[in-house]
Amino acid sequence: MRENLEPLASDGDGFVLDPQDRRAIEQERRHYEQPQAACIEALKIVQRRHGWVPDGAIVAIAETLGIGPASVEGVATFYSLIFRQPVGRHVILICDSSVCFLTGFEPLHAALAGQLGIDFGQTTDDGRFTLLPACCLGACDGAPALMIDDDTYATVAAEDLATLLEAYP
Amino acid sequence: MATIQVDGRRYAVDDRDNLLQACLTLGFDLPYFCWHPAMGSVGACRQCAVKQYRDADDTQGALVMACMTPAADGTRISIADDQAREFRANVIEWLMVHHPHDCPVCEEGGHCHLQDMTVMTGHHRRRYRFRKRTHRNQYLGPFIAHEMNRCITCYRCVRFYRDYAGGTDLGAFGAGDNIYFGRHREGVLENAFAGNLTEVCPTGVFTDRPHSERYARKWDLQFAPSVCHQCAVGCNTSPGERYGEIRRIENRYHGEVNRFFLCDRGRFGHGYVNRDDRPRRPEWHAAAGETRVLDVDEALERGGEALRRARRVIGIGSPRASLESNHQLCELVGQDNFSTGIAEREQVCLARMRRLNLDAGLPTPTLREVEAHDAVLVLGEDLIASAARLGLAVRQAVLGRREVLAEARDIPAWNAEAVMTLAQDARHPLFIAYPTTTELDAIAERCLHLAPDDIARLGFAVAHAIDATAPAVGGLDERTRATAERIAEALRSARRPLVIAGGSLESPAILEAAGNVARALATRERRGGLTLVRREANSTGVELLDGRPLEWALDALGQGDADAVVVLENDLHRRLPGERVDRALAAAETVIALDHQRTATWERAHLGLPAASFAEADGTLVSLEGRAQRFYPVYEPRYHRPESRIHPGWRWLLALHAGLQRRTLPDVAFDDLTRDCARRHPVLAGIVAAAPGADERVCGLKLARQPHRYSGRTAMRADLDVSEPSPPRDPDTPFTFSMEGYAGFDRPRREVPFAWAPGWNSPQAWNKFTDEVGGHLRGGDPGARLLEPAAGVAGHVDAIPPPFEAGVGEWRVVVLPRLFGGEETSSRAAPIMARAPAPTLRLAPADARRLAAEAGDTLVIETSLVHLTLPLLVDAALPSGLVGIPAGLAAALSSGAPARLSVVPGDGEAQP
Amino acid sequence: MTATRYRSRLHQAGGERRLETHPLTWWLRDDGERVDLDDYVAKDGYGVVRQVLGHQTPDAVIETLKAANIRGRGGGGFSAGVKWSLTLKGEEVPRGYLVCNADEMEPGTFKDRLLLEQLPHLLLEGMILGGYANAAYYGYIFLRGEYVAAAQALERAIEEARAAGWLGRDIAGSGFDFDIALHTGAGRYICGEETALINSLEGQRANPRAKPPFPGQSGAWGKPTVVNNVETLCNVPAALRFGADWYQGLSGERSDDGGTKLYGVSGQVRRTGLWELPMGTPAGELLDRAGGLRDDRTLKAWLPGGGSTGFLLPEHLDLALDFDTIGKAGSRLGTGLLTLVADDQSLVALVRNLEEFFARESCGWCTPCRDGLPWAVELLRALERGEGQPGDIERLEALAADQGPGKTFCAHAPGAAMPLASAIHFFRDEFARGIAGAREEGG
Ligand SMILES: Cc1cc2nc3c(=O)[nH]c(=O)nc-3n(C[C@H](O)[C@H](O)[C@H](O)COP(=O)(O)O)c2cc1C
Ligand code: SF4
Ligand code: FES
Repeated sequence: MRENLEPLASDGDGFVLDPQDRRAIEQERRHYEQPQAACIEALKIVQRRHGWVPDGAIVAIAETLGIGPASVEGVATFYSLIFRQPVGRHVILICDSSVCFLTGFEPLHAALAGQLGIDFGQTTDDGRFTLLPACCLGACDGAPALMIDDDTYATVAAEDLATLLEAYP
Repeated sequence: MATIQVDGRRYAVDDRDNLLQACLTLGFDLPYFCWHPAMGSVGACRQCAVKQYRDADDTQGALVMACMTPAADGTRISIADDQAREFRANVIEWLMVHHPHDCPVCEEGGHCHLQDMTVMTGHHRRRYRFRKRTHRNQYLGPFIAHEMNRCITCYRCVRFYRDYAGGTDLGAFGAGDNIYFGRHREGVLENAFAGNLTEVCPTGVFTDRPHSERYARKWDLQFAPSVCHQCAVGCNTSPGERYGEIRRIENRYHGEVNRFFLCDRGRFGHGYVNRDDRPRRPEWHAAAGETRVLDVDEALERGGEALRRARRVIGIGSPRASLESNHQLCELVGQDNFSTGIAEREQVCLARMRRLNLDAGLPTPTLREVEAHDAVLVLGEDLIASAARLGLAVRQAVLGRREVLAEARDIPAWNAEAVMTLAQDARHPLFIAYPTTTELDAIAERCLHLAPDDIARLGFAVAHAIDATAPAVGGLDERTRATAERIAEALRSARRPLVIAGGSLESPAILEAAGNVARALATRERRGGLTLVRREANSTGVELLDGRPLEWALDALGQGDADAVVVLENDLHRRLPGERVDRALAAAETVIALDHQRTATWERAHLGLPAASFAEADGTLVSLEGRAQRFYPVYEPRYHRPESRIHPGWRWLLALHAGLQRRTLPDVAFDDLTRDCARRHPVLAGIVAAAPGADERVCGLKLARQPHRYSGRTAMRADLDVSEPSPPRDPDTPFTFSMEGYAGFDRPRREVPFAWAPGWNSPQAWNKFTDEVGGHLRGGDPGARLLEPAAGVAGHVDAIPPPFEAGVGEWRVVVLPRLFGGEETSSRAAPIMARAPAPTLRLAPADARRLAAEAGDTLVIETSLVHLTLPLLVDAALPSGLVGIPAGLAAALSSGAPARLSVVPGDGEAQP
Repeated sequence: MTATRYRSRLHQAGGERRLETHPLTWWLRDDGERVDLDDYVAKDGYGVVRQVLGHQTPDAVIETLKAANIRGRGGGGFSAGVKWSLTLKGEEVPRGYLVCNADEMEPGTFKDRLLLEQLPHLLLEGMILGGYANAAYYGYIFLRGEYVAAAQALERAIEEARAAGWLGRDIAGSGFDFDIALHTGAGRYICGEETALINSLEGQRANPRAKPPFPGQSGAWGKPTVVNNVETLCNVPAALRFGADWYQGLSGERSDDGGTKLYGVSGQVRRTGLWELPMGTPAGELLDRAGGLRDDRTLKAWLPGGGSTGFLLPEHLDLALDFDTIGKAGSRLGTGLLTLVADDQSLVALVRNLEEFFARESCGWCTPCRDGLPWAVELLRALERGEGQPGDIERLEALAADQGPGKTFCAHAPGAAMPLASAIHFFRDEFARGIAGAREEGG
């Protein structure tokens, strides 16, 4: 255990909020009665720029919205689409819920994990893909389904994967 | 009121309660975790399940959470119902799924709410056979250790820290069964009340870190009822001792004062009691730093002789010593030779505060009452720094608006999250006028950052706006006038307005202004309260002894009007400039110091007598509320250190007195001293009733200081002597230094050394001692109030100061109290010093620019008396013309003193 | 390559649909493109707003809806009219919010997506009417973050509606002000629970809130707040256009619940998808429309409306798919989108998958759900691996029983308990085969 004291003021690791992002967050804040409400969108704004939410951004968002850093972190770690660790250039969300499970999620997952050499929560060595499970994507009539970035694909079979992934360099 | 049926029997309960509160108040053992009497219900843990029946015909019933169900008239429930019991056992089982089996090495063991509840529900066999999840722990500062694996996710920590105490750096992270309570990143917990996490957490996630270094189980600690000596609020504490050391301080429930919570200075500031360098035997200081240890007889002989020889003996008392000790000093030297030991500028303020308490027409509310006020004006106090627990109460007062709004929508006050949701930012108005920002600013309607004289002017203006007969303030600018109008309006329309001021800025004008506001309110309608903050544990009490200020004593010595002085538990060097004190002491033929700390004054005394600290003495203190409260010795110092010759100050003084008169030491009981003190000072008449006398017995027994499971007694002195001596006798109090004696909860008693009831080892056991959960001790809340306002209201005062004007090339000092490092004795405790921020000198940005100084530059502050270098902190709130200095740095720097500043050259270039 | 870009589709072609019988889907374009403002207005879209605002009192609107008995399509089945009648209104009450629950994450559910992507104006119209009836001043659409196309469709629609004066100040000259913002989520199933949704909207952790007070008394930021499902709100315009009797008549003899329902089928069937049919349509009819099971498998069990409903058997296929009938059979209608399980599929594995979902998606607030569901998952995994121990099934049953309504803080855990308890009830043998040693003995 360390004995030296850390400074009381939270330190932002030198993270600087992009001015455009700061403006976007301030803009977002106007949609709601309280600044806390803009917190999730603020995290998404940072994530859009950096791919994930670095530690320093937590403090920066807290300061921008005038709320405590712990409550920003509490929110950031609650929601599954906010990434508190670096992710690849493309995020693959495979639906692992019941209908996809019944219609081929497991072999699809195995094929994808095999091809990419990663499992859930991991990123390929070349930083291209991160693989994550997702709640029912609401595409059960097209199960099994997955999302790559913003695109949803239905009736995905193992043999389709190579072609699908090609589109995401 | 309502009648409810519990397991077939009818009970009268309060229908504003929920069923859990009602059941606990009725004395039932119903387990719970997420509910807390001060924080209400959230229904998260599901531990308090009971069976509820619709009516007499309903035999099926349904499980409900007692904490989320109102105790409405006609409610029928069963605690004993099998299904309810099984569900409660299952809840514990789930909570234990990831809980480590580390009770033997866990510091919570023995006072663990989770242990108690596990035993209560009968869960004793582990059925979960899969892997446990584990967490990493964080470094949270010198006060609190973190062991997240023990967490049962009751959410109490964040609810206390954030919702109750206003902290922003502790949160709940993650989701599902992977929830983590900690800081957003490792580091010191910033909130002044973080230490309460050790009691609020039902298990061993947050534990007392200093205690950890010298650990003993609760059942192995010896306790006495005590009163915190680290500020004037007078929180009740339960210090625990083992092997002659205070190991920890826990909250001692007081229904009108601190109730469940202490501040961190009080909880972690006791280390000075255990210091190795404490004087433990009489010392004779010959010239040139030569010290001789004396035995008691020799010491008293020399002391008596010196006093007999002296032409005139001055007694210098102390606001950190008990009334009894101060009184005994006064008896020794005579009223005419008695000084309170308080510097004049502070004493003037104290006297004024006493007068205002008596003649301004408004009473001083207890902390519990503070929470019921609905508009608060704070003039010249940073409450979290100067009277932290009072600040926490003010926070509850301001947030009290939530419950008013909730009530209008039929949301019961205990429905904690719902109340917060409905009310959002709604708060009762709080106005703070102070030279810089304070922690309570965050919940204030308006904060005005003003120089002390301007704070006073604002106060006078408010008084005038409430009551036109109060003097008007000339030359006010429009903004201040409008603010004063708004404040006046808020106080006028409040049901119970509260005015708070105090001596922190040593400005009599602020106090008079507060007095006018109070009088204005009292004249219109006698409603509201006036709280006046004093600095030290017994400032209020010692002032009532009518002693003279410290300067008078030093002058008398310096001018040769007196040639001997007895200094009681007081480091004069912290009160007045060192040279001045040294000159006076050097002029004296005899200097006798009594203290438990090796202070600068002690070092300069000829004879030093080792006085007992709060942990070894009995005594009475008067808190800022005007409440006289008794503290008791926790242990007998000679038991573990036979060489020790520590005695309470009053006992040394009695002995000196006897020596002076060549009498043998009379057999005076402590209660006699108290009585004597009360007789001599009519204003103190109430102190006799403040606590039970030494003859108090429960069931014919004295009261036990030790839990009945206290272990190792026969062996604990084995390094000294293989035969176990009988426990020290204690004729002065109703307590025994042993486990023999009454330690129960079922007979009402006022003074409870530690809370324990069968099945309740944790601090939650206090619920067994109160008339209702969160209510009053069944034996009555300790203490007696002394300073009630007289019938009439005195006339307004019109000593309105002119507006503050910044001098050219000259600054006015404001000494700013600070929670850690600003108070004398707690500053001698290692964890407090580790927590104290590095001292800085504060200047307004414009002033810093004028000096061409930047944050971090080293500045020299010079007055006629001192020359001090400090790093600069540019404080955007501070008015121009003031220089802010943290309290406790230099006695010679007092608020209001003119000072010159300069930048230490060369430093500027070091900055990029 | 079989993979395609996913796109919502309805199985009924334009010719099959009429406004009077298909009040939700009549507006849809056959090409699956978004119905824009011009299309919508051309078919008298927003006509009901014009008809109602300023002409009927909010109370009258609510009376009509109560009589129509639109039961909540989010899965709870609570009457929208009754809910709206309980919203706190009045001089001393601040105007609050109308929130559309578009968080659709219930496993097996894909109905709201269709309406959101292709028919956003119908939703907006329903929301304006809801805002009016509930004296709300602002509406939020809480959309799950993954619905990217829906977000675009809604953004466009809101802009169009605002530009045309359907949102904003003094809508259609009625003096009523109301605007709508889109709020996109960041994941987590629990956000669909209405009070967790409100916390999430407020930018908090999505823990549910205690009820009472209900959102209608103290919801978002403490103001009266109404939360309704997308499909529920889309039912409002037609119910007000044609009246309660017409609405009730839509389901005819089939059900006491009025109106139509967007039913769906997924799993091992030939034709997965969505149909708008009268409320109370029997499950068997849906299965027929879906062309029966794929590859001539036989049906083993089915979930009537998402992962949080109880399993039913082939013998239940005749039941009318409405709230009360399915409720009486021991399950719940839920979202009304059927998940079909074929004979060759392991129920233990499916239930394990479902419980993994519910355990992972627990918000972590209350003990039974947070710490009980993961335990159930561990037991199911053990059974699936054939490593179960005697007593495990009873343990699972007890765990399911302890997740019942009232025992947990919200309805998430009771939802998790339903498939677990019903699966053990109907297929105990299958679970028993997971007890270590049982397989050898059995075979
Ligand atoms: C765990 C959980 C998840 C839910 N998810 C959704 C959802 O995604 N969409 C929805 O409309 N309702 C959902 N609900 C139901 C809502 O709580 C709420 O009842 C509904 O939005 C009310 O709208 P309705 O009355 O129009 O159905 C969920 C409930 C629970 C307990
Ligand atoms: S049942 Fe409890 S833990 Fe589970 S989602 Fe609801 S509140 Fe959260
Ligand atoms: S104490 Fe009642 S649910 Fe926690």
